[in-house]
Amino acid sequence: MLSPEEWQALLLSLRVAGWATFWGLIAAIGFAWLLARHRFPGRILLDALLHAPLVLPPVVTGFALLLIFGVEGPVGGWLDRALGVRLAFTPAGAALAAGVCAFPLMLRAARQAIGAVDPALEDAARALGAGPVDRAVTIVLPLAAPGLLAAAVVGFAAALGEFGAVITFAASIPGETQTLPLAIYAALQVPGGEGAALRLSLIALAVALVGLIASEALLAFGRRRAAR
Amino acid sequence: MTLSVAIRRPLDAFSLDIVFDAPADGLTVLFGPSGAGKSATLAAIAGLAPTSSARVDLNGVSLDALPAERRRIGFVHQQAHLFPHMSVERNLRYGWMRATETRPIAWDAVIGVLGIGHLLHRAPRDLSGGERQRVALGRALLSQPRLLLLDEPVSALDAARRDEVLGFIAALKERFGLPILYVTHSAEEARRLGDWLVRIEQGRVVAQGPTAELLPARELAGEVIAPGRIRVDGRDLDMPGIDAPAGSIVRISW
Repeated sequence: MLSPEEWQALLLSLRVAGWATFWGLIAAIGFAWLLARHRFPGRILLDALLHAPLVLPPVVTGFALLLIFGVEGPVGGWLDRALGVRLAFTPAGAALAAGVCAFPLMLRAARQAIGAVDPALEDAARALGAGPVDRAVTIVLPLAAPGLLAAAVVGFAAALGEFGAVITFAASIPGETQTLPLAIYAALQVPGGEGAALRLSLIALAVALVGLIASEALLAFGRRRAAR
Repeated sequence: MTLSVAIRRPLDAFSLDIVFDAPADGLTVLFGPSGAGKSATLAAIAGLAPTSSARVDLNGVSLDALPAERRRIGFVHQQAHLFPHMSVERNLRYGWMRATETRPIAWDAVIGVLGIGHLLHRAPRDLSGGERQRVALGRALLSQPRLLLLDEPVSALDAARRDEVLGFIAALKERFGLPILYVTHSAEEARRLGDWLVRIEQGRVVAQGPTAELLPARELAGEVIAPGRIRVDGRDLDMPGIDAPAGSIVRISW
């Protein structure tokens, strides 16, 4: 049904989106906690910066990543010299680009999930002898979990579909960085490639639908569990 | 045996300046109109609210320097705030497991006095209001508190449940003997449960003393002279709602 190249694009896409979601979710939970619970100077500015990839053209995000994480950039240069690690034009780079673009969506969902936990429940836990880490682990995270899982699913779907930032920062190297959207684009450049493009598009659509339905189901489950 | 409290805390409409001493055995009622600052006082004693200055001494032990989670102060509100993702039993065990020193308040005793043994495997959302409050009381007791704060624990319940839960509170007061601070604006509850009363208005303590002195029960006795008709204080009144037989005693209290 799928040619070896098409399989390769699908599996690479799933791996790239998987890593993007994993790291993105950890960062999203961290920042969501910080923004939801603490007041500090510059909070609004940080909030805006973290949402920037949502409103910037993805190509601009990719270009910004090149400037910072490219071999000649401040962080990329250090990584290359100190650890021998390069990100631009690598699968890890593709994951970084996809993750950065999906991050604001995960941040918003995580913040909502954490913010929805009734503070009175935390006060009750506190009066019963639970310290801050204890409360986070036994009360807040379990109650926020369905919403956080939904954040992961939405993030995964967004990372899977990311095009502009990935092609700018990681290029379109088959087997390395040519994820599904890039493979579809490449197929359309070739005469007679519409068949391949269509097949890949249907795969992408199927993955996206499964993701959205799973996300909705998780949110509904979370609402029922947290009732009263 | 004394509970000594001095709280200063700015609120919206006025600032709280509460100073009182209460006997450390028995139930002390914080009594006053809504908005007087009674709940704010409890929150400050529990360590759950920012204060300008706070002193909470229980039998010479200073509690105000401790963070809320180490004060061992049980707190039950109008709403039970049971953890929805845990069964009743896990809710009860939450404080129990975090009480690392001795546990003078026994598991079976609490379950028995509050009659919640049959609820252990239920989910909080399947309980009635009265059952939830009893579980909340159990949960607080099992955390081995040295002081129990009850903030209008029955005001969200209907009259029948209210009476039932008040009965349970009286029972646990008898059985466990720990100091209790009880906030209410109901004179009836104050008289029923309170040994000592601290009257709070507009953020200040305006009176404190034994409940019987500060809130004497006012009552008139009368008699049913015919169905739907009573004689009270020399007057005859039509009361079609009273269907007791002639000769029955009627008591009106407020």
